[in-house]
Amino acid sequence: MSQADATQAAPPKREKLFTADGTPLRKALERANRRRKLTALALVGPLLAFILIFFAFPIAQMMWRSVDNPQIVNALPRTLQALDTWDGQGLPNEAVFAALHADMIEDLDRPRREQTIGPLGIRLNYELSAARSAISRTSRAVQNFEAPYSDAFMDAHRLWGQPELWRIIKREGRPLTLSYYVAATDREYDEAGNIVKRPENRQIYVSLFGRTLALSLAITFMTFALGFPIAYFLANMPMRYANLLMIAVLLPFWTSLLVRTSAWIVLLQQQGVINELLVNIGLISDANRISMIYNQTGTIIAMTHILLPFMVLPLYSVMRTIPVSYTRAAKSLGATPWTAFRRVYFPQTLPGIGAGGVLVFIISIGYYITPALVGGQSGRMISNEIARHIQQSLNWGLAAALGTMLLVGVLVLYWLYNRLVGADSLKFG
Amino acid sequence: MSSTTKLFGLSAAASVLALSAAAQDPVSLTIVSWGGAYTASQQRAYHEPYMEANPHVTINNDDGSANALAGLRAQSQAGNVTWDLVDMLPSDAQLACDEGIIMQIDHDEMLAAAPDGTPASEDFLPGSLGECFIPQIVYSTVLTYRPGAFPDDAQPSTIADLFDTENFPGRRALQDRPGTNMEWALYADGVDPEDIYDVLSTPEGVDRAFAKLDTIKDDIIFWTEGAQAPQLLADGEVAFATGYNGRMFDAIEVEGMDASIIWDGQVVEWDGWVVPADGPNLDVVMDYLHFATDTQRLADQAKFISYGPARASSAELVGQHADLGIDMAPHMPTNPDNYFAPIVLDNDFWVDYGDELRERFANWMLQ
Repeated sequence: MSQADATQAAPPKREKLFTADGTPLRKALERANRRRKLTALALVGPLLAFILIFFAFPIAQMMWRSVDNPQIVNALPRTLQALDTWDGQGLPNEAVFAALHADMIEDLDRPRREQTIGPLGIRLNYELSAARSAISRTSRAVQNFEAPYSDAFMDAHRLWGQPELWRIIKREGRPLTLSYYVAATDREYDEAGNIVKRPENRQIYVSLFGRTLALSLAITFMTFALGFPIAYFLANMPMRYANLLMIAVLLPFWTSLLVRTSAWIVLLQQQGVINELLVNIGLISDANRISMIYNQTGTIIAMTHILLPFMVLPLYSVMRTIPVSYTRAAKSLGATPWTAFRRVYFPQTLPGIGAGGVLVFIISIGYYITPALVGGQSGRMISNEIARHIQQSLNWGLAAALGTMLLVGVLVLYWLYNRLVGADSLKFG
Repeated sequence: MSSTTKLFGLSAAASVLALSAAAQDPVSLTIVSWGGAYTASQQRAYHEPYMEANPHVTINNDDGSANALAGLRAQSQAGNVTWDLVDMLPSDAQLACDEGIIMQIDHDEMLAAAPDGTPASEDFLPGSLGECFIPQIVYSTVLTYRPGAFPDDAQPSTIADLFDTENFPGRRALQDRPGTNMEWALYADGVDPEDIYDVLSTPEGVDRAFAKLDTIKDDIIFWTEGAQAPQLLADGEVAFATGYNGRMFDAIEVEGMDASIIWDGQVVEWDGWVVPADGPNLDVVMDYLHFATDTQRLADQAKFISYGPARASSAELVGQHADLGIDMAPHMPTNPDNYFAPIVLDNDFWVDYGDELRERFANWMLQ
C-alpha cells in the first residue's frame, strides 16, 4: 500500500524513490516480486516434479520404445556391413554368411547378460514367425560350422535360405525403426520394401481402434442419457436429501471392481436374474433367452454403470449454480416449459456436459479389465491388446506404438473439442 | 517415548538381531506363483517343510505369475531384482531365457537325484526340462461337460463331440487364445496328435483349423481367467467348457459341481520354476530348489491339487488327497487311464508362431 502511494506521488518530479530503510524502490519491488515468484514456484514445485517424474518421463520413454530398435545393430555389426552391397534379390553371397558366422561366434564369448543373440531372435520373430528358433538353433550349432558357411547355415535352419529373412535383417538393421507402427496400423513391408496392407485375416488393430472409439462414444452417450436426469433431480431437491442420494450415485466408486463385474454377470447372463424373470413372466421363451453379456452390450452396460458418477458429478455441480429464476423468467415471458428448458436451462448445463463427456470418454478409451471380463469376443477394446503385448507377448515396442497412437488420438479429439466447444468452458465442479 | 530412547531401543533391537544372525542371517524369499489353490498346495508341500527345516528362512508368496514375464523384464531393466523364484509356463520361460533375464540351469548339478540314484536329467519326464526351466507339475487343459445338458444315452466323450453341434447342442466356453483351440480343431478334423504341429506350421493347416473352429463359432463364449470356466459350467451358461484339470477337479470333487471330464485329447503342459538372474538370495534359492523339486516333495504336492508330478520317480508315491481322503492317482493327467490320447503342447512352436497365430485368432474373433 505504501509502495503504491509512493508511485502515485512520484510522476511529477521523476526523482529516485527510496523505501523507509533507504533501498531504492525499484530494487525493493523487484526483490519482493522475486520472492513471491519463488514462493509460488516452491509451492507448485512438488507437483511439477511429480508430473515430470511420474507422467511426462514415462510417456516420453514409452514413445521412445515404439521406435527404439537396438537388437539387430548390436548383434550383427559385421553382417550388416557385409549386407550393404546386397541388392535384396536372391540370397546374399558367402561373405555375408561368413560375417554372420563371425558375429555369432563372438556373441558366444560374451558374458550371458550381455549376449545379443536371444534378443535378436525375439526381435526378428516379430517380423517373421520361426525366426527365433532359426537364430537359437543356429547359435547352438555355430561353433562346429565350417566353410562354406552358406551351406552350414541353410542346413541348420531352412529360414536362412529364404531371402525374406535377409531382407528383414537389412531393413531393420538400424537403430530406429518404423516397423512397430507399420504393424500397429495393420500393415507390412512387401518384397520391394513398400508398406502395404496385411492380408485381411491378420488385420486387427485398425478395426479395434474404430470399435474402441464407437464403444466409448456409446458409453459416453449412455452416461449422459442416464446421468442428466439424475443430476437434475439431485440439483433441484433439498440439500439433505440430495446428499443422501449422492451417496447412492457414488456407491460404484466404493465397490471393488470385481464385485461389481460379478454382480453384472449374475444379473445379465442367460441363466441370470433378468432372463429368468423374463422367462417366468412369459415375455420370452426358454429357448430364446437374451444375450446381454459376453458381447458389446455387456461392455456398454457394465462400463456405463462404473463411469456414471464421472458424468453426474460435474453436471450436478453446474446445475446447482443455475438460478431457478432464469427459467421462471422465461416462463413469465411466455415460453412453454419445454422451450424454457431447451433455450434457457439446457444451454447453461453445457459446461457440465462437456466436462462429464470428456472425462467419461477418455477414461473409457483406456479401460480394459471390465471389457476383458464381460466383453466376450465383440466387446473388447484396444487397451486389451496393449495390455496383452505388455504382459504376455512382451512385445513392448508394439504396445508402445499402439499406446502412442491412442494418446495422439485422444489429444487430437481434445484439440477438436477445444476448437468446437472451447476447453475453457469446461467445469469439473 | 522421546526420540532418543526410541533410537536407543532400535539400536538395541538391531544388536540383538545381529547377535542371533551371527549363526545364520535371517533371509526372506519372495516366491512368485499363480495364487489360489495352486499357491496353497506349494505352501503346504514345499514352503512349510522347508521353513521348518530352516528356521532362518521366511517365504513370502506373491501371486504375480500371470504377469511374471513383464515383471521379470521390468525388474531386470531397472536393475532392482526383488523376486527370488518365479513359477511360470515353459514358453514364457523360453522367452525370458532368450532375453537373459533368468538363470541357466544345470539340472544334474543343481537338482536332487531320484532315490535310486537316477540323475535329475533322466528322472524328469522326457522333454520337460528347459535351458532355464525346472518343471514341477504336469497339468492339462481338458474338455469338461455338464451331463445334465445331454440325454443319458447320448453323453459326449471325445473332442470331436465339441465340434458336433448337431448331436451335442449348447454353448461352449473356450479360452480366448489360439493355443489348445487350434490343436483341438485339427484333432477333431482327423489329424493324429503327433502330426498336429507339423500341420499347424503350414498356412493350409492354419486355415484348416480356423475352418473347423468356424463350425462352432456362434456357440462359443470366450473366457479369460481360469476361474471363469468352472463358473460358466456351474451357472448352466454352457454345456461344454475347457479348463485346467486342477480347477475342474476342485470344482467337481471339492465343490461338488455336476460335471465330467473328457480326457480324450487332453493338452498336456508343464509348469515350473525359473530363477531370476541377479536375484538377492541366490544361495538360499538354490538350496530351496534342491529341496522343493526332489522326488518326495513333488509327490507331496499331488496331495493338495490334482496336477501330476514332473518326476517319473514321484508317480508311485502319489497318495490320497490330504483333506478329502480320496485316491489322487485316477485324477492325474498322467494316469494311464487318462493319458490315452494326449496332445503334448509344443512350446517351441508357440514361441515361434504364437504372435502370428494370436493375431489371426484375434482377427477371427472380431469377424
